[in-house]
Amino acid sequence: MSVYLLRRLFQAALVMLAMSVIVFIGVFAIGDPVEILISPDADQIERERAIRALGLDLPLWHQYLVFLGNALQGDLGRSFVFNEPALQLILQRAPATLELAFGATFIALLIGIPLGLYAGLKPKSPISSTIMAGSILGFSLPTFWVGLMFIMVFAVQLGWLPSTGRGETAEFLGMRWSFLTRDGLAHIIMPAMNLALFKISLVIRLTRAGVRETMLMDYVKFARAKGLTESRVIYVHVFKNILIPVVTVVGLELGSTIAFSVVTESVFAWPGMGKLIIDSINVLDRPVIVAYLMMIVMMFIIINLVVDLAYSALDPRVRLENK
Amino acid sequence: MSATTAPTTPPPAVKPAKVETPFRRLVSEFCESKLALFGLIVFIIICLLALFAPWISPQNPYDLAQLDIMDGRLEPGTVGGAGFTYWLGTDDQGRDMLSGILYGLRISLTVGGGSAILACAVGASLGLLAAYAGKRTDTIIMRLVDLQLSFPTILAALMILAFLGKGVFNVVIALVIVEWAYYARTVRGTALVERRREYIEAAQCLALPTHRIIFRHLLPNCMPPIIVIGTMQIARAIALEATLSFLGLGVPITEPSLGLLIANGYEYMLSGKYWISFYPGIALLITIVSINLVGDQLRDVLNPRLKK
Repeated sequence: MSVYLLRRLFQAALVMLAMSVIVFIGVFAIGDPVEILISPDADQIERERAIRALGLDLPLWHQYLVFLGNALQGDLGRSFVFNEPALQLILQRAPATLELAFGATFIALLIGIPLGLYAGLKPKSPISSTIMAGSILGFSLPTFWVGLMFIMVFAVQLGWLPSTGRGETAEFLGMRWSFLTRDGLAHIIMPAMNLALFKISLVIRLTRAGVRETMLMDYVKFARAKGLTESRVIYVHVFKNILIPVVTVVGLELGSTIAFSVVTESVFAWPGMGKLIIDSINVLDRPVIVAYLMMIVMMFIIINLVVDLAYSALDPRVRLENK
Repeated sequence: MSATTAPTTPPPAVKPAKVETPFRRLVSEFCESKLALFGLIVFIIICLLALFAPWISPQNPYDLAQLDIMDGRLEPGTVGGAGFTYWLGTDDQGRDMLSGILYGLRISLTVGGGSAILACAVGASLGLLAAYAGKRTDTIIMRLVDLQLSFPTILAALMILAFLGKGVFNVVIALVIVEWAYYARTVRGTALVERRREYIEAAQCLALPTHRIIFRHLLPNCMPPIIVIGTMQIARAIALEATLSFLGLGVPITEPSLGLLIANGYEYMLSGKYWISFYPGIALLITIVSINLVGDQLRDVLNPRLKK
């Protein structure tokens, strides 16, 4: 196990290093920051001073080594636009994104499980076919367009919910959160619902498949034979067993929910990490782009590592195969 | 079910038209689902509309001489200054939305379809190579696939476009890089099973060149999963392109796809001018759903496990 762990950690570090080279060179290739950041009327001396201050006069490999050395100390450069450390800028916006992602996951479970349960228990009923057709629609609908339609219906026409922004926030654990205030809660419902749409469809399908499989199990038959009420059989015996795969998949999906929040945040002007990266790409704020990509790559490498390790701990075949 | 597949003494060529080829069987099985047939018809209509857009759309939305800024943001059904009715309204430039959508469909379908075909060519070739060569080649290719699939598509595409910048060609590159891994993984799985069959062994005994064995013998037998994934991936590519264009990272403003049309209407949404974003979105939705309906049925028809 420890050999496997070491090998896997080494692989993760290697992928991280390779990604840092790709990201750095890639971002370097997109354009000349001098043109964008230094005013065109600046004279030669001013230009040179600015170039030196930003470290843009060094050769590329030297810039990379400086970047790598600083990155290992948690310094991913300063934003050209905000003139703040890039990492700090991103971490400030992390609570907003995390709040949105967890909200969406919560909604997906809250809506998806009951609907999936119903569709699995009564597969022939017309309501079930409606639910399943709805879940196909949930997979097909482009997220950003649904977000716009939400704004159109609930904010513009009905005026029930605020259209954009995060609303009032309250402090908790040293960070600002929306879900603790009434106004903030009103702001988060639409974006979270929008982000949840795809997950709801996923949860419905998983739950339905799980129910249909579990209903045929011997322990369900036994529970019935014992004379338990149908509701106790379903809510205690079946429900607990379908919950394990559903929660596992939804947990694994958390990473991609954070990634997809880029779209939702742009639609609802939600001030999270995703909105920041899109804005930064548009003004070519290199340090922020690099810092965001490195952070998200690291997050995915860690998620994948944890998943692999968890599987190998649970299933010895995975370990043996990698020998 | 027809039992004509039984190989017992074929009747002496009565009507050659009735011979059941694999293609004909596929067609008849596909048509068993009315919904899938409907999806296919809708998709063909959409393709025709896009193809003939210059002849059927009321105006050329790229020709600034035809646009009248006084007709800007008119509601659907208004008769404009030029004398014809804007059935789906106009955008801020006074552009007819119906024409904009028809031309936008051309770009969305070209980018989506083109990138799916390119990704298919790259992914299927690498998948076949991995399965046929095995050993180290297999390990390297599949590691790349794993790496690619461990990142969400939107993130990988975002990263690539952040490097390359906007543009139709760059979007196609980004979509190909994001999607090839799906083909490679599926094709490798099928090819691994197929390459152990006798016909491959026979081809090897005939000392045929490797590329001939791979492309003439192995590839045709791996086609069913490629077709299914290809259909689904076209829908995914169109949706992803629309999303990227909406975020302002996709096609340039001179070649507006459906996603960009929707993005243009965003700012007018808050003042109640819904049609600029609404109708392009409906067009996008119909396109994606019709492709998915076709893909769903193809998966059922081509899946050997569901055959009786």
